[in-house]
Amino acid sequence: MEKMTRVSSTISGCTMFCHLDAPANAISVCRDATQVVVAGRNIFKIYGLEEDAFVERLNLRVGRKPSLNFSCADVMWHQMEENLLATAATNGAVVTWNLARPCRNKQEQLFTEHKRTVNKVCFHPTEVNMLLSGSQDGFMKCFDLRKKESVSTFSGQSESVRDVQFSIKDYFTFAASFENGNVQLWDIRRPDRYERMFTAHTGPVFCCDWHPDDRGWLATGGRDKMVKVWDMSTNRVKEIYCVQTIASVARVKWRPERRYHLATCSMMVDHNIYVWDVRRPFIPFATFEEHRDVTTGIVWRHQHDPYFLLSGSKDSTLYQHMFKDASRPVDRANPEGLCFGLLGDLAFAAKESLMSAPQSVGDVGRKTYPGGDRRYPIFFFKKPDVTEQFAQVSSALSVFESEAGSGVGMDWFINTAQSYLLSGKPFVELCEHNAQVAKRLNRPQESTTWTMLRIMFSEPANPSLSSNHNLNKSGNLPLVNSFSMKEMSAALNERNKENRQDNLHSLETNLNNNDENEETEGSEGQAEYLFGDAELDDDDLYSMEHENQAAEEPEYLLPQEAFPLRHEIMDHPSAPEPVQEKPESPHVSGSEAESTCLTPMESFSLISVSQLLFSPHLPPKFFCPIVKEMLCYYAEQGDVQMAVSVLIVLGDRIRKEIDELTQEHWYMSYIDLLQRFELWNVSNEVIKLSTCGPIMCLNQASTTLHINCSNCKRPMSNRGWICDRCHQCASVCAVCHHVVKGLFVWCQGCSHGGHLEHMMEWLKQSRHCPAGCGHLCEYT
Amino acid sequence: MDMRDAAGRWDALGSRDSSSRHAAMELLHQEVMKRIETMGPIPQSSSPPAMDDSLSSDLNALLAHVLMLSKRCPYEDIRKKCICLLQKVQDVGVRIPRPVGNGPSRFIPEKEILQVSKLDERIQSIFEDAFAVLGRLDNISLVMGFHPQYLENFLKTQHYLLLMDGPLSLHCRHYIGIMAAARHQCTYLVNLHVNDFLQVGGDPKWLNGLEEAPQKLQALGELNKILAHRPWLLTKEHIERLLKAEEHSWSLAELIHVVVLLTLYHSLASFTFGCGINPDIHTDGGHTFRPPSLSGYCVCDIANGNGVLEEMFGNQQVSELSGEVEVLMEKMKQLQESHDEEEASQEEMATRFEREKTESMLVVTSEDEECVPSRDVSRHFEDPSYGYKDFYRRGEQVPTLRVQDYNWEDHGFSLVNRLYPDFGQLLDEKFQIAYNLTYNTMATHHGVDTSMLRRAIWNYTHCMFGIRYDDYDYGEINQLLDRGFKVYIKTMVRTPEKITKRMYDSFWRQFKHSEKVHVNLLLMEARMQAELLYALRAITRYMT
Repeated sequence: MEKMTRVSSTISGCTMFCHLDAPANAISVCRDATQVVVAGRNIFKIYGLEEDAFVERLNLRVGRKPSLNFSCADVMWHQMEENLLATAATNGAVVTWNLARPCRNKQEQLFTEHKRTVNKVCFHPTEVNMLLSGSQDGFMKCFDLRKKESVSTFSGQSESVRDVQFSIKDYFTFAASFENGNVQLWDIRRPDRYERMFTAHTGPVFCCDWHPDDRGWLATGGRDKMVKVWDMSTNRVKEIYCVQTIASVARVKWRPERRYHLATCSMMVDHNIYVWDVRRPFIPFATFEEHRDVTTGIVWRHQHDPYFLLSGSKDSTLYQHMFKDASRPVDRANPEGLCFGLLGDLAFAAKESLMSAPQSVGDVGRKTYPGGDRRYPIFFFKKPDVTEQFAQVSSALSVFESEAGSGVGMDWFINTAQSYLLSGKPFVELCEHNAQVAKRLNRPQESTTWTMLRIMFSEPANPSLSSNHNLNKSGNLPLVNSFSMKEMSAALNERNKENRQDNLHSLETNLNNNDENEETEGSEGQAEYLFGDAELDDDDLYSMEHENQAAEEPEYLLPQEAFPLRHEIMDHPSAPEPVQEKPESPHVSGSEAESTCLTPMESFSLISVSQLLFSPHLPPKFFCPIVKEMLCYYAEQGDVQMAVSVLIVLGDRIRKEIDELTQEHWYMSYIDLLQRFELWNVSNEVIKLSTCGPIMCLNQASTTLHINCSNCKRPMSNRGWICDRCHQCASVCAVCHHVVKGLFVWCQGCSHGGHLEHMMEWLKQSRHCPAGCGHLCEYT
Repeated sequence: MDMRDAAGRWDALGSRDSSSRHAAMELLHQEVMKRIETMGPIPQSSSPPAMDDSLSSDLNALLAHVLMLSKRCPYEDIRKKCICLLQKVQDVGVRIPRPVGNGPSRFIPEKEILQVSKLDERIQSIFEDAFAVLGRLDNISLVMGFHPQYLENFLKTQHYLLLMDGPLSLHCRHYIGIMAAARHQCTYLVNLHVNDFLQVGGDPKWLNGLEEAPQKLQALGELNKILAHRPWLLTKEHIERLLKAEEHSWSLAELIHVVVLLTLYHSLASFTFGCGINPDIHTDGGHTFRPPSLSGYCVCDIANGNGVLEEMFGNQQVSELSGEVEVLMEKMKQLQESHDEEEASQEEMATRFEREKTESMLVVTSEDEECVPSRDVSRHFEDPSYGYKDFYRRGEQVPTLRVQDYNWEDHGFSLVNRLYPDFGQLLDEKFQIAYNLTYNTMATHHGVDTSMLRRAIWNYTHCMFGIRYDDYDYGEINQLLDRGFKVYIKTMVRTPEKITKRMYDSFWRQFKHSEKVHVNLLLMEARMQAELLYALRAITRYMT
């Protein structure tokens, strides 16, 4: 703390910048934080840091035609010797500069041992004359500045070295990061072999930085857009923190005096500098957004002062950023979360300040869980960490539970999904089956829909009926048509309500209907005729009626309740039917035949009228607009299950009517729902049966199975049956000793196996493993 | 129509399972026989075109395919059966086709190119894979078969680029491939992709020329032109024009896909010409129904300098020039040793680079014969005059791009991977394999470190595009690459359509064909990377 106060008293300043003549590649500060050196391809200058401006102190790029030695990839100012600098040149030279030299050219020593570009130079933190370099040629070299050439060479045995860093606490250790994703730890005394190596990133590791205080921590940044913090103090190198950024990470620097903070900048596309709290990897702690092109160098101005950050950039500017001027993304973030539970519950977390508002009247069923409710263990109350500077947000979690037994419960969904048949049988049977399922689950509307669909889309039974039907066309067509159209939507909407009231509402309609009925009664003979035809599908109509009453009501009650019932029949389930009815009337008339004894005649005569209203040649296509409307309705109501099931069962009959995107949307929603309920089989079936390209693709993705050779345990190449390395067939049948191509069954106990049929045969006769391993295998 | 469902059946011919192969073969057999029957008895005397009409051309296409299978199918059993089938067809009295030219390449004798029948296991499996996916084994793959490690990666990349998930629709991808190949009048690639284009349901009208294609694709003409010939002129304005064209605009992801396709096909055209790839057997020009003529040489063979005289002449020279390899190796050794002692000044280094760059601009290929682009190809690009000629006569300077400022590993990769996920990885592997491929041999010598030579070739190619490596001494190029070789490289990279067999033969006479193919691979990848760098740099500049 003492140090801190001292520092802040000596350093002061504000956010400021100056224009450089050329893009910068790297920057470095001298120990007392009063000067900064900027190096790049065409620039090599020292600037003094004044109170409110940068002042150019020295231009090190001298000579009429500066050589490539001045073209710097990296620069470092010695932290003990304030006149000493080192640069890494793009042509492979390592140069040291002595500011104390009296002449204009400050170049002191030139090492041209590297064959390729040198990416990084690093002075030893405590040893004055020791300099380390890492190059594109894969070598690291350690120079003693008192000698003319390197004292030791370290071969990384791989592609180029991207960064080298001396450990701050361990005198002999340095870390090197490589283009192939590895990080190596070396002992400076042992040039023959690295002490440790681990793979840190996929793709090049561009940078690394030792933690200034914690001796075991190393931060690395790579092309894979990650910053990782490694704990090296244990036997196994362990990744302890990982921050995902949005672009490849070019530089990483720990923030002084803040144990968990580090600054990063990126190599491409993203120009900002981020300061992260590694414990909060999702949102940067602070951001500096001044640069207009990629930032190439960042450095904290003083090694004990966390408030000043210097940065150089490709946009030819040099900035001093003040921490107090940084933007704090967390302030702009919304710490709110909303999630639906599977069973219709809704959880909502928001800032407590927002939640403390008085409950509004509508908040029925809302339960608030202030911090730490036992029943919701996922919610925990985090103790504020004093070292953590992150904005603390305390949120309140509210859970809106649906009441048990209310309609929101999702059992019906699961049951329906499992019991519906979507393919494998003729269309008519599918519809029937599904109608039964829906009925069983007490969902009369769905059940009726299925029945209606069956009637609408099954093949016309007997076109010759047409002449008879035409007789009855009379004037009814427009009337009934409009009536039923209207009624259908009304019916659908009111489906869930109890029907008793409806009866009153639709009194008027009933009157109308009665009129019609009377008209039809005249055509009794006609109806009779139809009865003759009727022998199919009694069950269906039966079920239709059945669901019209309250489900528990036994059927024999029907006659007694005839009148109220009649309206239901007309208003609801059967209302759409007349319109959609095709002349393949046997179904309906069949029901009549059956119900003559049960129900008053009129109620059915309406149906028989309506079915006669249309030409027998009405193609199923005629109904498509209505069915489409119905599907949309279901989807709107949240019952995407119904929409998709119908879509699949109807298949080509309806598919063209609904645009691809909508279909895809429905499929996706339904599949998503199924998967959340872990109904994998059903969801797979749906995917398989779908006709949307994008949906079918779902099944084609990640179908590769990677296998290892059973002999040498190495991954098998795509060759198939023979292992590349040990040249043996990988999966040999234990019985016939041939390669198994196809079904391979193996014992979970001893992992021997072979052709399915061979194994079955073998295990019928013997209880022991055919491989002779002595294991008692079992085939069930 | 018929051809198309037939293609479906042929897919099974590539199956690894022999029984399904046989079933497919059986179908094919029946199909051929059925066609022959429906055509009725063949009048003995009539000339083949007399029975014209679609039926016979259908049959001919089918037979051509069978011929291709009999030669190129990686499965022995299918090859045999196809030969039998052809024999049978001939016995019935139908004219059967025979392959034109000598194997996959005009430059390399057929027997040198690994015969499909006697391959080692690895190549066999790669070929089987390729065959299963594409239903054919194109000549490019066969020639690349010299270098299985590369081939495997090449096919993977191509598969991903053309068939897997990506921002562009399938037919667009092929069309862009056609555009790019047409820039170099590469008939081979154009034909290959015209077929694919039609197969994935492309509109045949587009093939009449770029004007017939949608405006969005037309806008790519300019990009294609610049990338193929002077990629350093590409600026962010070009990119902006493509991305902000209202309803015809491209998205960034699509554009990356486009750029990768264009550069791949430009460089693949270089490879195709550089190796003298012949048309595939089943495509037009790959087979003929004419009986073999007496002379034994087709007109085209002679035109391409495949004559006997040439052969003999070449042989003579080889004996004179023996020792070429040894000289080269000696130079490499010297360079390696002297590297530390004689350190050229920085100024000198810069001049060397500039000299190479300028010189590479100035050398005009010795062949000045105007090769007339065949009509069906030239229609894909407007302004065929736009090429190198214009500007090296004007003495235009190529600006220098320092590789340290924009390179593939640090910058290009990130951009590609960001916009076209996973593809950066594939390209990265491809470049690395091409750059690092070596068998440590030079002609008859073994255990040679060829890295220096490979680097010289790579950097010289980049040098022609104005890309400079600070850490490279361009003096090395002059030492290692002789004039003839440089001319070859220049022609290959700039105007591949002008490559002749004489040029191919005259460089590195003592080296094996496989090594020459290796050189071509290096050149192709180096060219692709150079073009890609300029394109990606323009996109980066647009984005920042």
